[in-house]
Amino acid sequence: MSSFQLKAFGFGTVLAAIAALSTPTYAMDACATGKTITEGKLTIATGNPAYYPWVHDDTPQSGKGFEAAVGYAVADKMGFAKDDVVWVRTSFDEAIQPGAKNFDFNMQQYSITEERERVVDFSDPYYAAPAAILVRQKTVDAGLKPEMAALKALKWGVAQATTALPVVTQTIQPESDPLFYDDTANAVAAMQADQIDAAIFDLPTALYLSAVVLDDGVVLGQFPAAQSDNPDQFGMLMAEGNPIKECVDAALAELKTDGSLTEIEAEWLQAATNVPLVK
Amino acid sequence: MNRREAYEARQRKRALILATISTLLVVAILVIFVPMAPGWEQVRKSFFSGDVFVQSFPKMAKAFLLNIAIFAWSAPLVAIVGLLIALARSVRSPALFPLRIFGAAYVDIFRGLPVVLVIYLIGFGIPGLGLPRPYNSPYIWGTVALVLTYSAYVAEILRSGIESVHASQRAAGLSLGMSERSVMRDIVLPQAIRRVVPANMNMLIAMQKDVALLSFIGPVEILRQAGIFKSLFANFTPYVVAAAIFLVVTIPATRYADYLMNRQRDARS
Amino acid sequence: MLEAEPKLRMRGVVKNFGDHAVLRGIDLTVSEGEMVCLIGASGSGKSTLLRCLNGLEPVDDGEIFLDSLDIAEPGLDLGPVRQRIGIVFQSFNLFPHMNALENVLLAPRRVLGKTRDQMMGEAEALFTRFGLAAHMHKYPDQLSGGQQQRVAIIRALAMKPEVMLFDEVTSALDPELVGEVLDVLRALQAEGMTMILATHEMRFARDVADRICFMDAGVMLEEGTPDVIFSAPKNERTKAFLKSILV
Repeated sequence: MSSFQLKAFGFGTVLAAIAALSTPTYAMDACATGKTITEGKLTIATGNPAYYPWVHDDTPQSGKGFEAAVGYAVADKMGFAKDDVVWVRTSFDEAIQPGAKNFDFNMQQYSITEERERVVDFSDPYYAAPAAILVRQKTVDAGLKPEMAALKALKWGVAQATTALPVVTQTIQPESDPLFYDDTANAVAAMQADQIDAAIFDLPTALYLSAVVLDDGVVLGQFPAAQSDNPDQFGMLMAEGNPIKECVDAALAELKTDGSLTEIEAEWLQAATNVPLVK
Repeated sequence: MNRREAYEARQRKRALILATISTLLVVAILVIFVPMAPGWEQVRKSFFSGDVFVQSFPKMAKAFLLNIAIFAWSAPLVAIVGLLIALARSVRSPALFPLRIFGAAYVDIFRGLPVVLVIYLIGFGIPGLGLPRPYNSPYIWGTVALVLTYSAYVAEILRSGIESVHASQRAAGLSLGMSERSVMRDIVLPQAIRRVVPANMNMLIAMQKDVALLSFIGPVEILRQAGIFKSLFANFTPYVVAAAIFLVVTIPATRYADYLMNRQRDARS
Repeated sequence: MLEAEPKLRMRGVVKNFGDHAVLRGIDLTVSEGEMVCLIGASGSGKSTLLRCLNGLEPVDDGEIFLDSLDIAEPGLDLGPVRQRIGIVFQSFNLFPHMNALENVLLAPRRVLGKTRDQMMGEAEALFTRFGLAAHMHKYPDQLSGGQQQRVAIIRALAMKPEVMLFDEVTSALDPELVGEVLDVLRALQAEGMTMILATHEMRFARDVADRICFMDAGVMLEEGTPDVIFSAPKNERTKAFLKSILV
């Protein structure tokens, strides 16, 4: 565990302790009682750092950003006050490594896959992410259209194994082997160095990169859900067999039914109505 | 059997029994006690999944071919650049003093930097200057970074080899009327290179492992492939596969380097 | 013996190692075909003088004429000088990664531009002459000290030098191997080679040298024919040195 996480964890715990002393106990849903790693608290993990637009300014406590907002909404439905939500940080590796977890659930755009389900548990999906193509303006100027035949000739980069790799290797099947990067920043660096023409990201990430990070970035197109037999869906990751799953799923179901999940999505994820579908 | 032989035979027998018992003990602890740990079942599933092993192995082995290819074209370049730098550092003529300074600075800089940093800076930085394809390939610049770094180490090893050749060898060559250049090429270098073969073998083994760092700038070699599988399966077994594949190559190589080193030591004593 | 035109002529040769003066104004003239033996205690400057003659140590002051060429001139290209003045060292200094034949062929090929074939007959003749024909293809570590030293002499001779310098060439040898090397020196003298030897072999020096020079603390104290030096030395230090050696 990094010192940063220790600090975050410790800080949260202290806050929680103060809150417990000073305010009357929040009316807690019976479902989560005795199922969280700290009684009376809901510990949510995010990335280190957490990226826009999922968490704004790397500060999930603000509730700003899609995943931060969903986290607090779920906590609320589970009967936790805002003050009872504790944020910790993990990498992907820490999230899946065997042994006790330091979070109740972990949100960082984890795609739900069958293989992963064997090792960890996922909540029901809280977002279905279309895959989108990020390119530079000059590639568009050179006449590239979002059509499958044209895409095969590009040099591809991938930074997200679950979201992007199947799209590139199975759907597009490019002529040359794709290059692979640790994170979106490196993929963008490679695009700036002209080592790759295009990269696949989930749509919100692609929109963010084109708007803020890559000066001449353009989201060329998105893939229709029907084109991949397994649309990329994000779920909250939990330790296998964690009894809290049913509570989280119940909370998510409520958020979907009452339309608040859609509202959160509309508030924090940029509308992408102008991104064409790949033909 | 004379008295000494009998004594030595007894000693060997004792050592054998001791070694057997201690080995069995260690194996017993590993096999019996580790699985008794509460988290063993989880660890076994995460690191030693037979399923994942079988599914990932073919692609991992294929990815390793890329490691081998990168190594194969890097190693001769490292030898050449390392030699040139070592020679630059070994020139005696005062007129070539700047060359010595250059050699020393080169070695200081590239031995002082983590390889991965050099790979990042060169692998993304130089192509970012606007080189056209295919001259901006991460394979090219990643290789350049690897070669620059390891040449610095090899240069130092070679230089120590050059300095280990006794001054009288140089004197003998010069006294016959040979030029400095010819003395270096025909007399000093052949002896120096022979002496540092084992040390350079170890360097090559280290470099072979560091080829994996090229994955930071894009190429999908074995470590990256393992990372992809880890992500897809949410399982660390692909890393165990990678470790196994690495060991198959590096263990014989290190054994061979040790053998060379021992042979050289025996020859000297 | 007639005073011919001198082959080597040293005037006021000075050599310092830092603050330490090793040669303090050496004057010495050597004629064509002459064999001069330098004697004196260790550290008296014999080896340094030889290394200066071969250009391995730059001279700080003074002149050294080889025929009419001043080889002590700073900045002179020493390659051609070294071809004309061969040197053999106490510790042989054969190239260990080459066999005896390759040791001998290397310099003629690199310096004189001869091919292996051109040199082969000559090299074989030298090996045969010094009783090493059977050892041509052996590596230095497969040869005895005496054999190694003879190969080193052949190596120097292959460059056809006009003067040969021998720096205590028998000092590193087991006693029973000294004779075979001294025989080679006698043979060279017989064919008229100009030679300067630094040596501790007093009997040999007395028997074969044309002239003996006694060096002490970087100075040439006394020189003369072996008879004079060994039987009636004038200088007290020469007497003391000879006494200490010839107990």
